[in-house]
Amino acid sequence: MKPPPFTYHDPRTVSDVLSLLGSLENAKLLAGGQSLAPMLNFRYVLPDHLIDLNKVDELAYIKIEGRRIRVGAMTRQRALERDDALARACPILREALAEVGHFQTRNRGTIGGSLSHLDPAAELPGVMALYDAHLEVQSSSGKRTIGIADWGQGYMTPNLQADELLTGISWEAWENPHGHAFVEFARRKGDFAAVGVGCLLSLNPDQTVKRAAIVLVGVAYAPVRVMSAERLLLGKALDIEAAAAEARRIEAKSDLFASGAYRQRLAGVLTARALRTAFERAKSGG
Amino acid sequence: MDRRTISLTVNGKRITRDVETRQHLGDFLRRELGLTGTHLGCEHGVCGACTILLDGEAVRSCLMLAVQADGRHVTTTEGLASADGALSPLQQAFWEEHGLQCGFCTPGMLTTLTAFLRENPNPTEDEVRDAISGNLCRCTGYANIVAAALSAARRMRGEA
Amino acid sequence: MDRPRSIGASVKRVEDPAILKGGGRYVDDLALPGMLEVAFVRSSEAHARIRGIDTQAAAALEGVHAVWTYKELGGDKRMVQANPHPLLKQNITQYPLARDEVCYVGETIAMVIAENRYIAEDAAQLVQVDYEPLAAVIDLRMAAKADAPRAHLDSPDNLVARLGQKFGDAEGAFKNAAHVFRESYLQHRGGCHSMECRGVVASYEAFSDQLTLWSSTQSPYLIRGFLSQYLGREEQRIRVVAPDVGGGFGPKAAHYPEEVALALAALKIGRPLKWIEDRREHFVSTTQQRDQAWEVEVACDAQGKVLAIRARVLHDHGAYVPYGLLLALGSVNNFPGPYTIGAVDLAIDVIFTNTVPTTPIRGAGRPYANFILERSMDCVARNLKLDRAEVRRRNLVRKEQMPYSTGAKLPNGKPVMFDSGDYHGVLEMVLKNSRYENREARREEALKRGKRLGFGLSSYNEDTGIAPFEGASVRVFPSGKVVVTSGAGAQGQGVRTVLAQIAAEQLGVKPEDVLVEIGDTSLFPMGMSTVGSRTTVTAGSSVHLAAVEVRAKAIRLAAEALECAPVDLEIDAGAVRLKGVPDKHVTLADLARRLAGQVNVPSPAGFTPGLEATAYHAVERPVYANGANVAVVEVDAQTGDVEVLDYFVAHDCGTLVNPQLVEGQIVGGVAHGISNVLFERMVYDKESGQPQTTNYGEYLLITAPEMPQMHLAHMETPSPWNPLGVKGAGEGGTIPCLAAVVSAVEDAIGAKVNEYPLSPERIVELMTG
Repeated sequence: MKPPPFTYHDPRTVSDVLSLLGSLENAKLLAGGQSLAPMLNFRYVLPDHLIDLNKVDELAYIKIEGRRIRVGAMTRQRALERDDALARACPILREALAEVGHFQTRNRGTIGGSLSHLDPAAELPGVMALYDAHLEVQSSSGKRTIGIADWGQGYMTPNLQADELLTGISWEAWENPHGHAFVEFARRKGDFAAVGVGCLLSLNPDQTVKRAAIVLVGVAYAPVRVMSAERLLLGKALDIEAAAAEARRIEAKSDLFASGAYRQRLAGVLTARALRTAFERAKSGG
Repeated sequence: MDRRTISLTVNGKRITRDVETRQHLGDFLRRELGLTGTHLGCEHGVCGACTILLDGEAVRSCLMLAVQADGRHVTTTEGLASADGALSPLQQAFWEEHGLQCGFCTPGMLTTLTAFLRENPNPTEDEVRDAISGNLCRCTGYANIVAAALSAARRMRGEA
Repeated sequence: MDRPRSIGASVKRVEDPAILKGGGRYVDDLALPGMLEVAFVRSSEAHARIRGIDTQAAAALEGVHAVWTYKELGGDKRMVQANPHPLLKQNITQYPLARDEVCYVGETIAMVIAENRYIAEDAAQLVQVDYEPLAAVIDLRMAAKADAPRAHLDSPDNLVARLGQKFGDAEGAFKNAAHVFRESYLQHRGGCHSMECRGVVASYEAFSDQLTLWSSTQSPYLIRGFLSQYLGREEQRIRVVAPDVGGGFGPKAAHYPEEVALALAALKIGRPLKWIEDRREHFVSTTQQRDQAWEVEVACDAQGKVLAIRARVLHDHGAYVPYGLLLALGSVNNFPGPYTIGAVDLAIDVIFTNTVPTTPIRGAGRPYANFILERSMDCVARNLKLDRAEVRRRNLVRKEQMPYSTGAKLPNGKPVMFDSGDYHGVLEMVLKNSRYENREARREEALKRGKRLGFGLSSYNEDTGIAPFEGASVRVFPSGKVVVTSGAGAQGQGVRTVLAQIAAEQLGVKPEDVLVEIGDTSLFPMGMSTVGSRTTVTAGSSVHLAAVEVRAKAIRLAAEALECAPVDLEIDAGAVRLKGVPDKHVTLADLARRLAGQVNVPSPAGFTPGLEATAYHAVERPVYANGANVAVVEVDAQTGDVEVLDYFVAHDCGTLVNPQLVEGQIVGGVAHGISNVLFERMVYDKESGQPQTTNYGEYLLITAPEMPQMHLAHMETPSPWNPLGVKGAGEGGTIPCLAAVVSAVEDAIGAKVNEYPLSPERIVELMTG
């Protein structure tokens, strides 16, 4: 289980990365390496060139301007987890990050790596989906911005061309106070979840629902927002059972570890649990 | 073969070596530097035996290339005891609490807990269990590892 | 004696300081000058004929020294059978490298020898194997059918052996029983998963015509013997060393193709060779355990006293028979467990499948047997509406029945006898500690939190310290250093510490001052294997006997030197001293010097040379450790998630040489058991035979957060059958654990559970019918 031969590149700037990406055949980008390195060791991927992003300092940043959050793709998961201002603006992020692998892997793992690898059960794409985040992508021929809903194109396939680099992610934090919860069902601490549910919830003064967002991870190749549940919650007293029933209706994949039917059951159970927690938090001021 | 010259500090010692760029850091430490205290248990980032400290942070050395450690500070299990060879409080607690059997996972447990206790000097038992949830051990059932971490934390806080 | 005893004290391990500082010596830590590294090309097919192998591109790669198939290697014989058995109908072992047929994914086909492992893997990828796919048989019950595809082309069927265990009048018991219950059980245990994978370094030194093999093995002496037979080379010219072994758990007791291939290749190429198994290889080449299917009938009287058990069993043996039938035998020979069941009639069919071969893992079949016995006790309780503890009380062997003959026979024809123990005592101990009587209150409290709580019970006994022997020498050098050598091996349990304690006890020195040298065939003439919870019983007893002899010799010689009677002397702090006058003494170093000899000076009259002795404690029959466990679990009724909250053990392994190490063995064993029940499952695609769980994201091992709070209690009933009174402790954590956890889940969900492992999804299915 040793990495295959490749030529190693360690550019210092985004423009250097883009020109390498534009000129090299069969090149692979190396972010935190917590998913790519195992795949190299297993020789599941055999790149001719490895472009290491770890020395591109301009890709690692956390910027908070009002409710606008901008994060560089090479920002370590651990840096996001430790940032108190970010945790105040988006408390769900810290809660979800606690479920991302283990602290040793979060020390290296990056948000951009997680979004580009796009494991179906990954937590960070789910959280980004809750915020309707935008992803900034660059190539030597220009920039484009992609909504998170259009990011997943298939199983572990982001909306990214071979010459493109994910440079940053931006989103709007919810007005405080709001409730949040990220709950998941994994066999062991740190495992990819069979199903995870994230939710954000704002209440009106009469405790009816002002705004709701619910996302499922692990059920499909990319995060799924439970729009029908979000809609039916709006303007009414929280109806947890109705929302859970909507989550259960989302079609879910079967694999070695869980059937689709069991995942649907989990989606319902976890949606109810997440909403309950988010509601309690919303009531008590986030 | 794609090669690079790298310079880094390992257990306080400045080191310069010519390395093949595809060599992972765990192999570099073991093969090039003879620091065989770092163990390779799975080489896919799950077992945690190869955990080392990179600028003080616990990371998997099987998931990093040696070339990526250029300019960095690395601490391995060989670097945890004091210069005169005295065991660190954590190592001492592992010995006293029978926190190791075959010893293969031990280096990763020690590095992981060294980083963890630095950040959380007064952990609960559950926090210790979470902290080592990314480290597999087939021998001990973890109980004595947890006991050792809690005992070391007490000692480092000056409580025992 | 006033000085603190070594035996019985939780002495800190002599192994630890080096390991803690990164100074352990595992096989991969060995780097010999000129050493090359090996990677194996392994079968990608579950069953195929090999039409051809093209090694040309691989051999042409820079840094590659050789790419060999069986032809170039010269491995044209099948490997030696490690454990021959008269009932072994199809004794098929592997070739070191496959010849014309491969029978499981992972089987060795070719070896690449290169400058380093990176290059060796590059080359291995370039080897082209031309396969002609053959029908594979993966599912155990399918493989047992007459019309099933054959796992081996030339086999008449897939039956490896038909074994049984029979005593008493089962037929009569079933005819007259008040109740007969029938149940089907499916058991699946996972793989080895020592944190250190296997590994071999082989080196041939022509100057002294010596072949040396370092292997991460539990059985260095057996490997030496097998290599000697295979290579036709005298054992004296082969040295096998097991350095620090990073966990073994049974599979490292077996003999592997890589050991033979490396030995052959090192002889041929004349340079040291290293092969370190990587984790992917471990999943497809280190022996495993897998499925057993049981059809069980239990006969009992109206009070729940079990009269007879009858069972038909299918055992998945994998594709080859590297290790005889020990795993299957262990599964049936453990009957009647700790119970007074008068009649047993078991038949087990050992079946080939196109999967990794199976050999014993921690418990060696006994966990399968214990599961059946314990589930049967629960079955009786359920049907007769009796308390589960009460059913056990009515069936356990009583203290006053010891030594108890079960009715079964040992392989040598002698009756199976339990030496000692208070089986009822440990049961009552664990019930009290777990507050079993209070379980309904706990159940109600859990229900308020939406959780279903369950208690599970399991009693067990285990034949430990199995035959035939491990010998030991105890020697005092003229420096005063006490050195113990033994044929016993180690796999991380702390064997060196335990043997040091036993020697120190007799020789009045501190355990840390005793040097224990084991795991190297050049140090001691004969040895067996560190398996079967046997090392403390066998090697420990031998160290004791040898140390007693050395002590007597030292005192006798000191008596002459000090001109007093031996009875007036004692041994303490490295010297033989006159009782009451400790200053009047002669040191062990001095005594050793007198016996070390000097040219042209006769040895002291009446003394053999050397302050040393060698002993072999001969085991005629095993000694029985025993215990009772209670598992307390909570099940999340919505998700099927199981949390093991508390785990109680009451345990009796006779004299506790080092209580802390015994507890370490038990807790580790319980972790293995819980992991087997709730997490581990080795999945094969039933059609293609491709293994589906070949990394630690897919194959789950228990981690720290999933472990329960452990509550241990000991009873010490010394065995009358060895001089220390010890019984083995290495497997007693695992054996009863599987049944205890399943019993607890069953109790929690209120639905019958006749299988493991249990996924949350499966628990939901069982709960919802």
